[in-house]
Amino acid sequence: MSNFFYSQNLVGGYGGENILNDCSISVNKGEISVIVGPNGAGKSTAMKAMLGMLKLSQGKVFLDEKDISNLSPQDRVASGISFVPQTMNIFNELTVKENLEMGAYLRDDDLYQTFEEMYSLFPILYEKKEQVAGELSGGQRQQVAVGRALMTQPNVLMLDEPTAGVSPVVMDELFDKIIEIKKTGVAIIIVEQNAKQALNIADYGYVLVAGKNKFTGKGSELLNDSEVRKAFLGG
Amino acid sequence: MENYDLLNAIILLANFVIVPALSYGSQLALAALGITLVYAVLRFSNFAHGDLMAFGTMIAILITWLFQSWGLTAGVLPTALIALPFAMALTAGFCLLTDRVIYKFYREQKSQPVVFMIVSVGVMFIMNAIVRFIIGPKDRTFFDGEKFIIKAVEFKSYTGLPEGLSIKSTQVLTIVIALITMMMLFYFLQKTKMGKSMRAYSNNEDLALLSGINPDRVVMITWIIVGMLATIAGVLYGLDKSFKPFTYFQLLLPMFAAAIVGGIGNPLGAVAGGYIIAFSEVMLTYAYKKFFMYLLPTNLEPSGLMQFLSTDYKFAISFIILVIVLIIRPTGIFRGKTL
Repeated sequence: MSNFFYSQNLVGGYGGENILNDCSISVNKGEISVIVGPNGAGKSTAMKAMLGMLKLSQGKVFLDEKDISNLSPQDRVASGISFVPQTMNIFNELTVKENLEMGAYLRDDDLYQTFEEMYSLFPILYEKKEQVAGELSGGQRQQVAVGRALMTQPNVLMLDEPTAGVSPVVMDELFDKIIEIKKTGVAIIIVEQNAKQALNIADYGYVLVAGKNKFTGKGSELLNDSEVRKAFLGG
Repeated sequence: MENYDLLNAIILLANFVIVPALSYGSQLALAALGITLVYAVLRFSNFAHGDLMAFGTMIAILITWLFQSWGLTAGVLPTALIALPFAMALTAGFCLLTDRVIYKFYREQKSQPVVFMIVSVGVMFIMNAIVRFIIGPKDRTFFDGEKFIIKAVEFKSYTGLPEGLSIKSTQVLTIVIALITMMMLFYFLQKTKMGKSMRAYSNNEDLALLSGINPDRVVMITWIIVGMLATIAGVLYGLDKSFKPFTYFQLLLPMFAAAIVGGIGNPLGAVAGGYIIAFSEVMLTYAYKKFFMYLLPTNLEPSGLMQFLSTDYKFAISFIILVIVLIIRPTGIFRGKTL
């Protein structure tokens, strides 16, 4: 496999029953991989496992040809993997600017350039930089969350349901931003409920059922696959 | 004389209410800041804070005695001010030791806040015992230097008014040092990377970890600041009044009342709460008879003391305020939990 960031045959859970039963996800630089599937399929769990937030009984995670299966989440963040959780993904009592600064906590170099990039990617963040992040609208908060995660200049960006609870218009806008980020060469993994829209922008798609890869393929292939359509995309 | 009645009344109030309440409020504010920091970052109510203050003050007194035995004094200022930085450092170290030996274990167990609270009660008893063991339970005055900035007699002869105003140097010292300390603390929390990371950690712990903020470092810095704040608060209180371990334990109630009234976890709230509690205590226990004698015509002179509550009940005031706040606005004035 020549993928940049990938997991192999993950098995594990939060202590009780296994949630992941042989699940493999991979992504390349400048590509988007999307994980879709029914509720409780272990989509978010698979992502968290790749960040090291889960005890695995089997399986390995590789980043840039290195086995990182034994690294703590903090160490994985330090080695260039950024994660945007689904909820509580901003510092809601800090200002927008402080949120971004905290994202770059591990960096000691000059942040000016990165701030400029962030503000040009998300112009609204520049406008609201002195405002407390908790006062922003849902879509703006998601932008803060993604912005915070990008401040480390990561190689891999993982997004857990970034469009949950935002309007369709904002969702399209967010997906556009994600495509822009991908073009800068970041490897992106997204867990999504809005399977159709997500597969539309995906280079690669993974349909997870009961913690197992059920269908795997290019985003467009999955969208046209009659079985996938019938089972997961509403016909 | 008639024309000066209002002025006399104001001076009377300044002398017995405003100046004392301002300095007591500053002491409470510093103490409440320590409680609020522990609550915001370590997420428990630290019942050992009063005795931590006593510990810090004890160290300062011991160092003061040492300096005095060397003949080292600060002239018009109290010698304890020279001892203060050393005492702050040692108390901060003591906090770190307490954390390493006791709290760290429960943090690793991911214990509930209520467990931490009970543990802090245990720590309180230990500190309590250490302080009494080393310096004893007696009342001690360790103030030296110039006692008054303005003496009542001088004020009277200078202004020619019958009402005198006296301002103790410890009162001014308290207010000035407290203001400087608070400004430095707020600057640290708002402007420095370390301070911001403390606020971030207190706001959203998981996300702080995901951002690479080192939790051990945040906890360490918090204890250092808490130890220093407790020492400053304790020494200022001890200079202004006197040092007695039991009094410091009793301060726990007004201190917690101050932190909760302002919104526990919120530093600005702790400061506001400190002054609110102090002014309430002093204003409600002051006998206003003389004040009204100046303001009212002779035939309306009050016959009683015009005192709302005896000073013996001053702790009841903190308690009542605490209860009222918890019923009406449990979050406090400033909504808190985050630095």
